[in-house]
Amino acid sequence: MKRCFRIVGLLTAFSALLCMLVAGDADAARKAAAKQKNLILATTTSTQDTGLLDVLIPIFEKKTGYFVKTIAVGSGQAMTMGSKGEADVLLVHSQAAEKKFMADGNGVNRRLVMHNDFIVVGPPTDPAALRGTKKAAEGLRKIAAAQALFISRGDNSGTHAKEKEIWKAAGIQPEGQKWYQQTGLGMGQTLGVTAEKKGYTLADRGTYLAMKKNLGLDILLEGDAVLLNIYHVIEVNHAKWPKVNAPGAKAFADFMVSQEVQKIIKTFGVAKFGSPLFFPDAGKKVEDLGK
Amino acid sequence: MNGGTILEGKDLKVRRGGRLLLDVPSLSVAEGEVLSIIGPNGAGKTTLLQALSGLLRLGEGMISFRGKRVGADISPLEYRRHLAMVFQEALLFDATVYANVAAGLRLRKVDKREIKKIVAARLEQFGINHLRDRAAKTLSGGEAQRTSLARAFAVKPQILFLDEPFAALDPPTRESLLEDLGRVLREGGTTAVMATHDQGEALRLSHRIAVMQEGRVVQIGTPAAVMNHPVNEFVAAFVGVETILAGRVVKYERGTATIAVTDGNGGTAGVTVDTTVGEGAAPLKAEQVWPPPVPQEERSGGQKDEVPSFRTGAGERKNDDSKAPAFIAAAGEVREGEKVFCCLRPEHVTITPGPCPARSSARNTFPMVIDRIVPAGPLYRVQARGAFTVTAYITVQSLEELALREGATVTASFKATAVHLLRRG
Amino acid sequence: MEVIIAGIRQALSMLVSFDPEVMAITWLSLKVSGTATLISLFIGIGIGTAVALSSFPGRQLVVSLINTGMALPPVVVGLFVTIFLWRNGPFGYLEILYTPTAIIIAQAIIATPIVMGITLAAMQQLPRKLRLQILALGATRLQMVWLLIKEAKLSLMAAVMAGFGGVISEVGASIMVGGNIKGYTRVLTTATVMETSKGNFDLAIALGVILMLFAFAINLVLTRIQQRERPQ
Repeated sequence: MKRCFRIVGLLTAFSALLCMLVAGDADAARKAAAKQKNLILATTTSTQDTGLLDVLIPIFEKKTGYFVKTIAVGSGQAMTMGSKGEADVLLVHSQAAEKKFMADGNGVNRRLVMHNDFIVVGPPTDPAALRGTKKAAEGLRKIAAAQALFISRGDNSGTHAKEKEIWKAAGIQPEGQKWYQQTGLGMGQTLGVTAEKKGYTLADRGTYLAMKKNLGLDILLEGDAVLLNIYHVIEVNHAKWPKVNAPGAKAFADFMVSQEVQKIIKTFGVAKFGSPLFFPDAGKKVEDLGK
Repeated sequence: MNGGTILEGKDLKVRRGGRLLLDVPSLSVAEGEVLSIIGPNGAGKTTLLQALSGLLRLGEGMISFRGKRVGADISPLEYRRHLAMVFQEALLFDATVYANVAAGLRLRKVDKREIKKIVAARLEQFGINHLRDRAAKTLSGGEAQRTSLARAFAVKPQILFLDEPFAALDPPTRESLLEDLGRVLREGGTTAVMATHDQGEALRLSHRIAVMQEGRVVQIGTPAAVMNHPVNEFVAAFVGVETILAGRVVKYERGTATIAVTDGNGGTAGVTVDTTVGEGAAPLKAEQVWPPPVPQEERSGGQKDEVPSFRTGAGERKNDDSKAPAFIAAAGEVREGEKVFCCLRPEHVTITPGPCPARSSARNTFPMVIDRIVPAGPLYRVQARGAFTVTAYITVQSLEELALREGATVTASFKATAVHLLRRG
Repeated sequence: MEVIIAGIRQALSMLVSFDPEVMAITWLSLKVSGTATLISLFIGIGIGTAVALSSFPGRQLVVSLINTGMALPPVVVGLFVTIFLWRNGPFGYLEILYTPTAIIIAQAIIATPIVMGITLAAMQQLPRKLRLQILALGATRLQMVWLLIKEAKLSLMAAVMAGFGGVISEVGASIMVGGNIKGYTRVLTTATVMETSKGNFDLAIALGVILMLFAFAINLVLTRIQQRERPQ
């Protein structure tokens, strides 16, 4: 009697598992059929949040027939994905980590695409008297000295990496200090927290501009060369990870540095925010960049 | 009763945790008969029922339905389709009464219109027509059990099993349902096997009664046989023999035995038992069908007033006139010196006020004092003490007319033929 | 507060105007979570009933496992599914990571223990003798299981609703295995998280409101079915 029930239960389970493998979105079936046409692009949340990719990806897809799966995570996670061969092409902005990535043989054809910059924003009252400071390191030193509240993303993103770089240059260890708080959140949310707590934070200009009117934070420090946020496109090394879609990756990278796209990048955001969010740099050398 | 055996069980054994819950070497049910299985809680009635209905997988043993072995010649499912079962709880589905009664038919994929007719007939038969569209959850205990019965009868079972079906109902409801069930069983000539711990139910409905004790059937026979000739103390006590006296045969002559009875007080009294009644069937074997005993007039013997010589017990009380022995008749084969129990049903004891009359037709007449009078439904149970303790039933009227009360001096008398002997020890 | 009101207003306007992107996201949410719930229904009720009605050595352990499964953190499920499905994982060749199918799988894994656990409790609550009664009415074993399930219908529907509720609102695993790809694996919950992290709180609230509205509508239907056929 009891054995009968177990058979019934197991049969049910197996038939359901079969269902599962057969089921799934109709689109998924269609797209999975075109396996070669799938391309996994790992990029950062801030890149996605600006909406630039929402414009570029459809153009690329239409042109090449590839189906791009844009996975937006932090730069750190994006590069980890690349280093495991779980992504085909990366669009990231974390120089030191990228260099290590290349040194480890995980990527090929690292090419400059564009840049924007970071700014330090804070409350209009500016308790740390940041306004007018030219150098980022000095600015952060002032914040530490004043023990003014500083909100960090703390999530290994490109922004976070840049922030850590500047603290190091300033010779300060902010972790563990009372005035230093880490959210582990995306840029937009972190700006929200910063505005709420009337603190300081390091943000990319694009996200700040997009949220500016709701925040009530002012730009208190900008223009330092070290604040440049430089984007590279990296194809994941097919030789090391055979499952990588190499032709797709190359196509995407070529696309990003193509003249047509560079032109689009140049004018992106002007209509909405009054100033462009990115500056196209394909073909240039990193050292030549500056505002 | 149509005769032939419809169900037979052999070597029915069920073990659990090393214990033998059921151990019945042989049991058969005749077609058309109503067999009641009685016994105390834990005796194995439910287990036996479930074994017979094929719902319980037997450790050992087998059952055959109309000669076909269940499991070999006929599948358990097929056998199940020929029977129905009603439990103590109605176990109705969360649906209307109609849906419940139709359930068994739906399982057999009977045509819808056919179902409608059958259900209507059954609802009518059990008097629950007005409940047709009610939710089962809203029914009272009696209404639910009627529904359960209607549901069982709807499938026209060849054997109906009932497991203490009325145990959870209040007396008037039980009464009414018993009557209806009895009627339906008789009308249809349905074979039924019913487990109950209420002897009254068993008596009313059954052609045969089986008494169970600790997993075994210790006696099986007609109600009269079991009630009046219980095969051992346990059965006797269970079927309502309220006076059981230990004693020893001191004399046996021409079918009449004289028993010296030891009561708790240490005194003794002589009790005469007539052993010539009955067709000579020995009451001490289990599983026999008894002929209905006809209380016979006591044999001649005229051994009244004989004072037997007894060995008194450890008590101090000695024989005196007020404890003069009396003569009783009972069925049995005994030898002098044998240790026996005298079993006496309360209905057979007569209480009359006042001291012993000089003459009486009853062989056994004893002076007593009323110890207790306890109401028992429509009767009173009177416990009287003299040389031994005896329990009698007396009607309310008699109690009032005779002005009996506790402490009164009375005479207890019973016929020799009313005493039933059991071997002891 | 104004953010919430602004959010509600935006939700209504998006619904009324049949905003295409929102409609697409909503439809995908329902499809994915619906499919996952359906799968969990079959497996959950199937195994839950089997375990409830049978006895075998180690049964208590199995029951504890099932009950623990109800507390399985969705994010952990997402992580495990990702590891199994990514390219270098055992099922990488199927190439279903970052597809709606992956989300369905992850959500089914999350919902199944919930449905299983509640089914287990529901079936065990049925009177023990009811099984015998049904068999005695002439039912086959299969018919008996079906009738028992019908008797427990109320609780089983609750199980389904619990399973559905668990996955329609799930976000951690859905983001991880789906990738939140616009127009492809973006569902209401993952879109809400994204808009929140971008700082678009009113849009995030709007999406949340729409999610609740649809969840309510579906549960309304399920509840009607659950409460139907109860003759008063």
